[in-house]
Amino acid sequence: MNWSTLPHTLSPGIVPLFAIVLTLGAYLFGVEVQKRLPHPLANPVVIAIVIIGITLRLLHLSYQDYFTGAQFIYFLLGPATVALAIPMVRALEHMRRGFWPMISALLAGSLVGLVSGYAIVRLLGGSQAVALSMAPKSLTTPIAIAVSASIGGIPSLSAVLAILGGILVAISIDPVFRWLKIDEPSAKGLAAGTAGSGLGASRVIPQHTLSAAFAGVAIGANGILTAILAPILVPLLRHW
Amino acid sequence: MSMIRSIFILLLFQLAGEALRALTHTKVPGPVIGMILLAAFYILRRREPSPALENAADGLLSWLGLLFVPAGVGIVANLALLRAAWLPISVALIGSTFLTLVITAWIMHRFGPRASIRGEGL
Repeated sequence: MNWSTLPHTLSPGIVPLFAIVLTLGAYLFGVEVQKRLPHPLANPVVIAIVIIGITLRLLHLSYQDYFTGAQFIYFLLGPATVALAIPMVRALEHMRRGFWPMISALLAGSLVGLVSGYAIVRLLGGSQAVALSMAPKSLTTPIAIAVSASIGGIPSLSAVLAILGGILVAISIDPVFRWLKIDEPSAKGLAAGTAGSGLGASRVIPQHTLSAAFAGVAIGANGILTAILAPILVPLLRHW
Repeated sequence: MSMIRSIFILLLFQLAGEALRALTHTKVPGPVIGMILLAAFYILRRREPSPALENAADGLLSWLGLLFVPAGVGIVANLALLRAAWLPISVALIGSTFLTLVITAWIMHRFGPRASIRGEGL
């Protein structure tokens, strides 16, 4: 018996269920590892992706097979994004007091993310198409894809970079804040959301209600700001 | 009942966001517009979200990482895209992400208000 085709052999309807159980199990395992091994690299999202990637390869399941079940988990990302409004309402008073610093930090972060991504690729000899794909990497994936397409980047590359950038923020946010000696939940949420969007902020959102509130603002505002800024800035960058 | 009501509210605002996105042809995703609409709804009406809605929101948000796993698995299939220019790509991704984190955090920390409540969970 060829065990690698086992899921298909048992019943076609078992594949979506298997994908959901695999995703939940791999993530829960990642959470347990993180509890026992408090290292930034022991990140549940990273651990789950690795376990699932290996399992799919061993069982000869395609990403399409996997997504028949995983789409139900993916779907919850929509209502979860809407739910960020609740911590925002709670933090309204704090946001009023810090309105201008918040706007300045957001603008500076959006600009630096956009320009430095492009500039570093160019300085190291990367092509313009790669540099333009790097520019919107801090945005939430659907906006990164749309901006990339509109400025002449490679949309699928931007999607990969947006996810990898988000993982990078989720892994590095706590060490970076320790190194900066900043322990301000609002600054943490705003920075994680600006640099790594929802995936980047997923690490800090459960830590503090203010982190969640400011991450929500950053995810929305950075997407909107960059969608406006990118078409204006990119023609200037291209000359170089 | 209150659980279903909370799910209904979140999905209703997501739907409103998607509808608004389709009508205005904007690049901003429907759920992000839904988030703005829901926040505006409570702020303009000067109302507090019900405890049930707060619980549902906190529940979803405390597992946010899990919800990104399906999309994350998808990138593994596309990692070959990076092979062509892996050095400029990895240096730019790490360098630019780090710069963005530091500049945003520093401005907000230096000029923003201090949190009145410390160490409080979601």
